[in-house]
Amino acid sequence: MTAVAHTPTTAHHEPMSFWRKYIFSTDHKIIGIQFLFVSLFFLLVGGLLAMQIGWQLGFPGKPLPGGGILPETMVVNGVILPEYYVQLVSMHGTFMVFFAIMPLLVGVYANFLIPLKIGAHDMAFPRINMASFWLALLAGLIMTASFFVPNGPIRSGWTNYAPLAARPDLSGVTVGQMLWCVSIVVLGLSSVLGSLNYITTVINHRAPGMTWFRMPLSVWALFITAILGVLALPVLQGAAIMLLFDNVLGTHFFDPVAGGQALLSQHLFWFFGHPEVYILILPAMGMVSDIIANGSRKPIFGYHSMVFAIIGIAFLGWIVWGHHMFMSGMNPTLGSTFMVSTLLIAVPSAIKVFNWMGTMWRGNLRFHVPMLNAIGFVSMFTIGGLSGIFMAATPVDIPLHDTQFIVAHIHYVLFGGSLFALFAAITYWYPKMFGRMMSERIGKLHFFLTFIFYNMTFFPMHIIGMGGQMRRIYDPTIYDFLKPQQPLNVFISYSAFALFAVQILFAFNFLWSLKRGKKAPQNPWDDNGMEWSLPNPAPHGNWERTPNVYRGPYEFSAPEAGDKDFLPQFVKLPTDRDPVPAPLPATH
Amino acid sequence: MRWWLPDAGSTFAGPIDTLFLAILIITGIALVVVEVGLVTFVIKYRARPGRKAFYTHGSTRAEVIWTAIPAVTMVALGLISNHYWVLIKDKKSIPPNAYHLGVHAKQFEWQVTYPGPDGKLGTSDDFTVRNQLHVTVNEPVAVELSSEDVIHSFFVPEFRLKQDAVPGMHIIAWFQATKTGEFELGCAELCGMGHYKMRARVFVHTPDEYKAWVAQQAAGGSE
Repeated sequence: MTAVAHTPTTAHHEPMSFWRKYIFSTDHKIIGIQFLFVSLFFLLVGGLLAMQIGWQLGFPGKPLPGGGILPETMVVNGVILPEYYVQLVSMHGTFMVFFAIMPLLVGVYANFLIPLKIGAHDMAFPRINMASFWLALLAGLIMTASFFVPNGPIRSGWTNYAPLAARPDLSGVTVGQMLWCVSIVVLGLSSVLGSLNYITTVINHRAPGMTWFRMPLSVWALFITAILGVLALPVLQGAAIMLLFDNVLGTHFFDPVAGGQALLSQHLFWFFGHPEVYILILPAMGMVSDIIANGSRKPIFGYHSMVFAIIGIAFLGWIVWGHHMFMSGMNPTLGSTFMVSTLLIAVPSAIKVFNWMGTMWRGNLRFHVPMLNAIGFVSMFTIGGLSGIFMAATPVDIPLHDTQFIVAHIHYVLFGGSLFALFAAITYWYPKMFGRMMSERIGKLHFFLTFIFYNMTFFPMHIIGMGGQMRRIYDPTIYDFLKPQQPLNVFISYSAFALFAVQILFAFNFLWSLKRGKKAPQNPWDDNGMEWSLPNPAPHGNWERTPNVYRGPYEFSAPEAGDKDFLPQFVKLPTDRDPVPAPLPATH
Repeated sequence: MRWWLPDAGSTFAGPIDTLFLAILIITGIALVVVEVGLVTFVIKYRARPGRKAFYTHGSTRAEVIWTAIPAVTMVALGLISNHYWVLIKDKKSIPPNAYHLGVHAKQFEWQVTYPGPDGKLGTSDDFTVRNQLHVTVNEPVAVELSSEDVIHSFFVPEFRLKQDAVPGMHIIAWFQATKTGEFELGCAELCGMGHYKMRARVFVHTPDEYKAWVAQQAAGGSE
């Protein structure tokens, strides 16, 4: 199929009121920015919850500094209560996965980048896009509200295993559990609407000349992610509705006492949950690929392998969910099957890492802040990927399952991976969003300090987990075998506080540069993407006339480029022919 | 301070720890290749005036190499792992002469039912003790796991044994302790606000000690 563009060749937009322009906007770029502010806020909320977890694990029984402002149902005499601790870990996971990392990667960058990078005027369905944002915000508010209801938010982990999550008499949570379920159903709707939009836009709205294999890897990754989203989120919604019915209507889907199945909730959750893990990493991989090619001034190494690796990871992602359940009492033979599929995911992951290295090989590396964070991503994602192999090998999983080792692993993938990629992406596309550059100096300082404190926080968790410390326990010091490790928990807590403090640099840089940042030139990174043919920030409707695309996205240092070391997709050389626009669809 | 897995306390520790070490070596090599490669490239190929990057779109040979090596390694690792997985977790691997105990988990305690002097579970001389697991060294023990309310997970780090106890399911996990002494049993699956304190003592006795303990408990009646 060749690239097609059904949108009119010119886009004209009337001036709009502030409300239409910035609040109830249908402009994909503004919606992306709305997602950015909202999900950065939830990232902060998730971080604040993490700090309290860190306090409790490092200094169990000691009064939490500033804990006096919390109500007595959470903190007594400044000391975190066990039920509040369980709520902290549950809601930290919930906020970070559903309201910070996922919307930051998909809500922000699928919205912002897809039309800009494929040469489209907007999303296929701008109003549905607006609905998707407002639903996500509504879901976030419902989730936040659960802190303010009697008995507070969920106490069954972000995974909500039944029967604990299905039985208020066992969990001690009533309204909070219902709000979690309702919020997730609303969020799922937002995700599905967004994903359908991204898929349709990529298929139908590519500019003339933007063939499938001229799409940047960021667009490929976001496209495949959208397919995962539209298939996975409804499963989670179904599970959440069943859980809600068990809690409210007295059904017994998950309650074995009345004939239900406890393991069913895990199967449903992880059938969604494992593709979700790839929803949380594929867009990061895609954007990092764009940034590493730019920083290396070289075409991406093995573009086609990279595309097939994305597809391979997405496909394998559907048949590995059982590795979360090796200890669950599921038939051990199933464990064998899931082990093999899980180990195989190492193959496309390795292909990606080696191709990023291949891209840097014999390059001419520019260490701008996005590039530094992208290299940080590759080195940290590698650790996260490799530590996964320990738990994929079922016998080794026996001692490591549900210990701090898995906590270390997920943070290497989601913080070392996704969040470093986001620091790169936010800095990289900031000029396109706001017309200004973020400070290079503060950005570099933030990267190096984050890199150091991040490793100091999460690497020792591997060792704590090897020693056997179970995850989600309120006080490790009551176990004799864990007591000797407590100094390392203290070290982790101090490192985590430092890691959090360093993020003030990022927040400051982000907010300060909005008004005071250096004005961005049109193509600040000397990049090839279609978005850099537009002014910063780009106007509503993006291009006056639908642009033509003349080549692939990574023609850095191409011989035809002459003195320059990049050759954008929108530049027409004398030897280039204009692409033939696809015929308009027949009128019905 | 401990920097390794807990001391070995069961026959599972041998193969599991060896496999752990093998994976550590394999992943360690991969890690060194990637990280040293990245640092080398960062230094060697940093931008300098007058230099231009080498224009290439990739190499099929390189792709084949770095697809094949991880694939072969992972399949081999899977086959070796599966061998031990079956020995540890498969129902058929439970030794027929194993000594059966009942472990019933509930928020937030472990109720251990012993077969009593007759050595058989489900007879009238059974007795139940809260939060104490007594076993004999060098004898296979099969733990029949059940749960009263929510999912719990039976975890003794020294035995390298973890198995969820799921309401509505009857799951048997077995092990054979290799040294006498006192250990701890913890719950590894979040089971509510008291999850952290769901702790039991594990005592591994010599056969004589164990017999004496059973006789004493049977005489004193169950708890």
